[in-house]
Amino acid sequence: MIELINVSKRFVDNVVLDGVSLTVQEGETVALLGPSGVGKSVTLKTINGLLRPDTGDVIVDGLHVPKLKRKELSELRAKIGYVFQYGALFDSMTVAENIRLGITDETCYNDEKFCDNRVQECLRLVNLQLDVAGKYPAELSGGMKKRVGIARAIAGKPKYLLYDEPTSGLDPVNADVIDGLIERLRDELGVTAVVVSHDVRGSFRVADRVALLWQAKIRAVGRPEEILASQDSAVQQFLERDLEMALIQSDPRAKGGVQDTRGHHV
Amino acid sequence: MANRAELTLDPLRLVARSSLRSLDHVGRFSFLVADLFRGLVEWRIWVRRMLEQAVAVGYGSLFIVLLVSAFAGAVTSLQTGYQFTGTLPLYYAGAVISESMILELGPVLTALILAGRIGARYAAELGTMRVTEQIDALESLGRSPVSHLLLPRVLAGLLVVPALTMLANATGIVVGYMVAKGSLGLTYGDFEYGARYFFRPLDLWYSLIKSYCFAAAVTLIPCYIGFNTQQGAEGVGRATTTAVVSASVAILLLDALTTRLLLVAK
Repeated sequence: MIELINVSKRFVDNVVLDGVSLTVQEGETVALLGPSGVGKSVTLKTINGLLRPDTGDVIVDGLHVPKLKRKELSELRAKIGYVFQYGALFDSMTVAENIRLGITDETCYNDEKFCDNRVQECLRLVNLQLDVAGKYPAELSGGMKKRVGIARAIAGKPKYLLYDEPTSGLDPVNADVIDGLIERLRDELGVTAVVVSHDVRGSFRVADRVALLWQAKIRAVGRPEEILASQDSAVQQFLERDLEMALIQSDPRAKGGVQDTRGHHV
Repeated sequence: MANRAELTLDPLRLVARSSLRSLDHVGRFSFLVADLFRGLVEWRIWVRRMLEQAVAVGYGSLFIVLLVSAFAGAVTSLQTGYQFTGTLPLYYAGAVISESMILELGPVLTALILAGRIGARYAAELGTMRVTEQIDALESLGRSPVSHLLLPRVLAGLLVVPALTMLANATGIVVGYMVAKGSLGLTYGDFEYGARYFFRPLDLWYSLIKSYCFAAAVTLIPCYIGFNTQQGAEGVGRATTTAVVSASVAILLLDALTTRLLLVAK
């Protein structure tokens, strides 16, 4: 179980989180929605201890994350897979080496045969061809990088998965593929997951519950249909904005569109 | 009145802020050095990476180090000839060339070149890894960035810089002798007599100790600055420049300090 209790975090004068409380039950997938820069990624980083909250507590798997010592934190992190917004793949390593780093058990990590099998297994799980293993991140498309990032996160068979904007920067088709992948991993691996996103449709598809982070606080939490039916002005404003974005993505000309140098819509 | 009070307060604030920032850097730098010592036990992780770095950095810097030391030896030889011919016995040239190279020019020039080459490389690599969340990714996998990234770089520098310094000393002396032979008609016997007459074994130790101190500056400072990079591509650029400038200044300060401690106090 993941629990955030009254978590606050500020960077100099900028209050990013102000008394945020959220509980994610075992096996549940919660989507954390909100506009850009509202503190969604900061929330995710406090869960695996990359950032320490100024006040409040974060409990993961029964452990108080801000109070953990370095070794205990490393052991906890081995149970948490983290998918970064832009993949955060190591440029100097091949895809296989990147995924292998995700194998957090040291005995397994040093076993070449186990690693080769696990890398292939993970590539299959994220629908990537096996020949991708020898390529470098620079040779991959944005969608493939995201999938390798997911493969690395699941390589250590984590109990928890944290997705930081898994579909940002992707076209609708690729975003759909990633959403389908998150859904499949949820069903097949049964992990407890937090998905940070500003994409409403994708989040509603993959999440059991949705939380809206608005002006540094959790404004609403509930099942997707409850959020859709909410009369809260912030929730409605956010949903309307997403609808507009969806319209722009589906028909650029509806908003004036983006034009190339010859004046054609692209 | 209020404006005057603010003007009076501002310099004080400025000094206080700078002092706090400096103390913050000193503290974080000390923690980093402590982490490096702690990371030494994870030799399985850093040994292979250290050798890779040593080959890349050492082999890559060999040509420029030898070129600069050859020119330093040649110019020292020519200037010695210009200043001493007719006033001092010719064998003095042997002493001046060898002692200048061993005591000062070899270690300092090599370190300054490597501050540019290694320092910029380390700061840019680590800075890019920081802003693209690769370091966060490593931490989130429960792996230590110190053992994986910093320790191999620092130890590679400590391995390579003294070796390159000794090669630079030898190259400078050999080229200095050849130029003196051509321009002053200095015989090998005279050169060797002069060089031996003023040589003390401490000189070589001094050169070696200096090169280790410079190696620490060339590696630790850029690693620290790169590791703490912020704010995207601009931050990486700033970190790289700061790393090279800081490492160069540290080399000059260490040069004065080691000379005072090892030679003057004798």
